[in-house]
Amino acid sequence: MNRRSFLKTGAAAAGGLLVKFHLPASAATTAPLKLNAWVHVAPNDTVTLFIHKAEMGQGTVTSLSMLLAEELECDWSKIRTEFPGIDREYGPNQGVVGSQSIRSSYQPLRRAGAVAREMLVQAAAQQWSVDRAKCRAENGAVVNTATGARLTYGALADAASKITPPANVTLKDSAAFTVIGKSHKRLDTLDKTNGRATFGIDVRRPGMLYAVVERCPVFGGKVKSYMVADTMAVPGVKHVLGISSGVAVVADNTWSANQGRKALKIEWDEGEHANLNSDDIRKDFAAQAEKPGAVARKDGDAAAALASAAKKLEAVYEVPYLAHAPMEPLNCTADVRADSCEVWVSTQMQTAVMQAALGITKLKPEAIQVHTLYMGGGFGRRARNDYASEAIEVSKAVKAPVQLTWMREDDMQQDWYRPASYTRFAAGLDAEGWPVALTSRVVCPPFGGIRDGLSRTGVEGIMDMAYAIPNVFVDYHAADPGIPVSYWRSVGYSQNTFFMESFVDEMAAAGGKDPLEFRRKLVADNARLLAALNLAADKAGWGKPLPKGHGRGIAFSTNVGSFTAQVAEVSIANGKLKVERVVCAVDCGQVVNPAGVEQQIQSGIAFGLTAMLKGAITIDKGRVQQSNFHQYDMLRIDEMPKVEVHLVPSHAAPGGIGEASTPGIAPAVGNAIFAAIGKRVRRLPLRPQDLA
Amino acid sequence: MASIRFTLNGKPQTIDAAVPAMPLLWVLRDTLGLTGTKFGCGMALCGACTVHVNGQPMRSCSTPISSIAGKNITTIEGLSPDGNHPVQRAWNECDVPQCGYCQSGQIMTAAALLSKQPRPTDADIDEAMRNNICRCGTYQSIRQAVHLASDLMRKGGKA
Repeated sequence: MNRRSFLKTGAAAAGGLLVKFHLPASAATTAPLKLNAWVHVAPNDTVTLFIHKAEMGQGTVTSLSMLLAEELECDWSKIRTEFPGIDREYGPNQGVVGSQSIRSSYQPLRRAGAVAREMLVQAAAQQWSVDRAKCRAENGAVVNTATGARLTYGALADAASKITPPANVTLKDSAAFTVIGKSHKRLDTLDKTNGRATFGIDVRRPGMLYAVVERCPVFGGKVKSYMVADTMAVPGVKHVLGISSGVAVVADNTWSANQGRKALKIEWDEGEHANLNSDDIRKDFAAQAEKPGAVARKDGDAAAALASAAKKLEAVYEVPYLAHAPMEPLNCTADVRADSCEVWVSTQMQTAVMQAALGITKLKPEAIQVHTLYMGGGFGRRARNDYASEAIEVSKAVKAPVQLTWMREDDMQQDWYRPASYTRFAAGLDAEGWPVALTSRVVCPPFGGIRDGLSRTGVEGIMDMAYAIPNVFVDYHAADPGIPVSYWRSVGYSQNTFFMESFVDEMAAAGGKDPLEFRRKLVADNARLLAALNLAADKAGWGKPLPKGHGRGIAFSTNVGSFTAQVAEVSIANGKLKVERVVCAVDCGQVVNPAGVEQQIQSGIAFGLTAMLKGAITIDKGRVQQSNFHQYDMLRIDEMPKVEVHLVPSHAAPGGIGEASTPGIAPAVGNAIFAAIGKRVRRLPLRPQDLA
Repeated sequence: MASIRFTLNGKPQTIDAAVPAMPLLWVLRDTLGLTGTKFGCGMALCGACTVHVNGQPMRSCSTPISSIAGKNITTIEGLSPDGNHPVQRAWNECDVPQCGYCQSGQIMTAAALLSKQPRPTDADIDEAMRNNICRCGTYQSIRQAVHLASDLMRKGGKA
């Protein structure tokens, strides 16, 4: 490679980002200047950010563009975004999980913008033959401060490509920000209101066929034999084939493929889980909860402190398995040829799709291309690549481009679920009602690795509690009934924050304390959390009188590096609950796009409230009993509370936001129900008897 | 082979109807390549596939093509020539979409509501929109945008 045309100015940064600047080989052409792998300033003044992440609604397209624009000083109206295909140069993990996008991109992307700006400014200085100090970048142009002359970035782009990049750049102090911290409208809105946004499921390729797969309804089951004659007789059906996960039907449209699938006659080997059911799973969890587990945390001597406590309380909390149910059903389009493989997919994990393609096609990495499309929701489900593997396998077998789609029933019944959990608490209070001991035993299926018998995803939210209690003991059982489990928006916090924040409310009530005062005292050393709690309480009018049948509840979460406090106000009339209002205060460090934060807080609350009020995946005979939205319903517009978002001003390093508000809503509402009618919600989803 | 004639986004359309039971959704998406109308559930439960049939909001996933002969179908692509329908303008102004997948259906449902009820109350909006699921929970913005669209229509736009 020509040294002049290739420039390395930075190394890979955390989270799979690689700041590697790439300049075009030929500066003589009118080819647009590529300043680096992500940023492209074109002669027509357009600045394109090739986003190495993916957009699933979280607003990444917009907020990452803002990071770039802050230092690049470009014209916001000229910014475009594109998802690049996967490249090994992006690092080992190209994907969007764990509310990491802003956190991992905050420094590198601003630095990329600063380097690009400096090169453009240098190019202008050369052109005017003036000192660099006489030039200033503003709004997509360089201004000669002595003469007032002005050159746009587009006019400078080719010249800038020949400039040696600066060895060091100084990034703006947060006080000087003009983009970061100011609300910006989303860059993807227009295409999402006129039908033009291309989601994975909207990909259309010449000669493309459409596929669906019948999988064993029992987890872990396999195909024993199948008969294809009836399926092949369905108009439009082209192929029927056995694949790793079941039997695929390929047709000239999705509906015909699914009609053909309904005509399949398959004999299954249902395997070892054929008699699995939710009651037995629950009994097993309860039995395990009687025995000591792997120790997750041990401060002081909780057993002794409990034995001598002035007052003791115990409770059992439990939640069911949950499906993700993104609105865009899972799908992937693949075109596998003898010497190439192209994949179009809405995924949270491009790297995993790449690896799946390598494994199935046995091609060299250079022969594989993965195109990232808009995701119609992810929530953790699209961090798995099972659906992509299926499409690649089918395309390879039928030697044609294939779009493979999961029906909603497949999505609900073949998910990698948020695990069920069963958790026992005990607490001891002193004579004044303050806690001296807390124990918690968690029984929850593990994922994401087990170390010393512990799964972080099973105990996060309890093990790392923010409360200062002198004697704490947390232990854990990695129960595994055989149901696939994985990441679900906010992961272990999604259930453990409900458990913890509800039981703390029980402790406050047992000690005769106000729930806010109780928390304030126990987190007094955590200034950021305390500020969020106080802001939420203040804006919600904590302590002010409410009508009969109304109640307020408070809860907080500390996941994804942010501090999120919520006050829910509910009313209960004739056994019917209405969540009237939710006030949420969040300290997520330096806010990049306040409007985006507000969207994500609302979204996380809707997600958590759906789980609290409606969500349950149950098992009978090894099969999921829910198949579609009539049995696994989502929050509707008339059930959405009024959500008010308040930001704690901060210049601390950015925290995550996509998962910040999901954990706290269920305990806030549960605690509000207790405040309203004196009944404690210890099991989700909410049941009629909880309100009667 | 029987064929079915209907009007699609203002233009005459003829399709072969080898399978008369095939829902309109799949004809639009897989046969005609109009992918703005989305598949969400296949059972008329989520509203992502909403189109207008003779001006009425219908779930295209559960509308067999045999039933649309001679009818006037409007999809998100045909709601306005330039994405400038008051509902679309309001959706843009309020920055409603997050993942965006359900929004074609939300917009089509809202447009049908406003053509019937130009000044809906919150309760009217809830009633008309409660069968459209948004998994991202953009409901607060949707309500705000429907009211704004109503204002825009009064100021000269048309539904």
